[in-house]
Amino acid sequence: HLATSLPLPSEMDHLRPRIDLIAFMIDIKSKYSLKNVEASLAHVDASFFLGKVCFLVTGVGRVNYCSVEMNAIWKLGEVYCSPVLFCELELEGIRVATAQRLLRMLQICAGHIPGVSALSFGSLMRNSADE
Amino acid sequence: MESADGAARTLLSIGRLSRGPPFGRAHGRFGLSPSGRLLLPAPRSQENADPQRTAFLLRKQWTLYSVSPLYKFSNARLRDYARLLGAFIAAEKQKGLAVEVGVELDIKVAVSSLPDLKGSDQDQAAILVQLSSRSPASPKNSEEKLVWSGWFCCVSGDELSENVPEDFTCLPLFLANGAESYTSIVGSWFQKTFDCSFCRLAISPLNLSWMAAMWTGCKVDKTASAMELVFSVPCLPQPLDISYAIHPEDAKALWDTVQKTPGEITQEEVDVFMDCLYSHFHRHFKIHLSATKLVKVSTPIASAHCDGIIKFLQSQYLTGVLMLLTELAISQIQ
Repeated sequence: HLATSLPLPSEMDHLRPRIDLIAFMIDIKSKYSLKNVEASLAHVDASFFLGKVCFLVTGVGRVNYCSVEMNAIWKLGEVYCSPVLFCELELEGIRVATAQRLLRMLQICAGHIPGVSALSFGSLMRNSADE
Repeated sequence: MESADGAARTLLSIGRLSRGPPFGRAHGRFGLSPSGRLLLPAPRSQENADPQRTAFLLRKQWTLYSVSPLYKFSNARLRDYARLLGAFIAAEKQKGLAVEVGVELDIKVAVSSLPDLKGSDQDQAAILVQLSSRSPASPKNSEEKLVWSGWFCCVSGDELSENVPEDFTCLPLFLANGAESYTSIVGSWFQKTFDCSFCRLAISPLNLSWMAAMWTGCKVDKTASAMELVFSVPCLPQPLDISYAIHPEDAKALWDTVQKTPGEITQEEVDVFMDCLYSHFHRHFKIHLSATKLVKVSTPIASAHCDGIIKFLQSQYLTGVLMLLTELAISQIQ
């Protein structure tokens, strides 16, 4: 399900399936996307931040188009205890690899992988990013 | 924004613009990180700098390149280099890579040193290369016409020059004005002779917004021109550019309310300044400038374009702007 901002319209609540993973997309070329994500984060229930939220930063292939300061993104990941993934949507290989990563994360968050919970996976990703 | 020259020198070693590798972690944990703090470049003291000598650098459009350190470059051999470069250009023309169509021009090369353009004593003196032509048809004593100029410089480039082995000269910033064909000929001669490499230096929208904030804070006289920001709107079938002009006094007043510590600028202050400008624009035109790409910044101090083109407008701030550009060049090399 794709949305340009949160909260989701309440009319569809009863038809909507359970949400297992929220990926916030930030385009590094657009400061507006960062502001939008920051505003939408306020509408997310706290229980999602136990491993069911991640930040996906796109457009990282071109450093010279960068409008968003990297420290702000790292800060977001730290404050909300969620992993930050980077990708470049214009390159097919990276696009496919990122989609596979997200799919794997989604399987874990939905509980389809026995022995690994969203929370343990989330803290695993965070610890490896800190090194 | 004057500060005593002595105080400016001690603070110079602490302040830095760049945040380290683009997508790597900033040093230290968040909150203690020094990244984002930069000293506003103070106008260079006029005692040893003669503004007349550098006046010819103003009001010209310079294309920016970053240059890796030059191997076995010597300040004492500038005349030899001029001669060799002249011979190289003549040879290239013989080969048929003619740079001017029509009239055959005699190109004369002059290489000189500009000792005023440096930040600290460890910096290399700037090197100026000028190509002038005289048409063989005109009389012997007629004026030579400057067709191309380029200069290498390094202002406060200690970060690079400290880490470089002997025999290497650090002049990371190269600025060129004139035909692109001459730039590539001169560039290839330098690359062959000194084993260095040239790379176009582009300026990201993030760095452009730093420049906008920093240069707005500089003191200028009443007759200063307006501050102008140009944005390019992405993802449209036809390209659209938005130009946003702000009265320099209004911009300075806004910046003065944002900046807390004189002589220092943080990323937060730059963000607040730009956000104020964006929300003012949104209130009037309902357009989110933060979703567009900032491509050009023009202030009374200087104007910069994201393709790596700069124009200096005030000689007293020349060294300050060069310090910023040197830093961008160094981060591109590393």
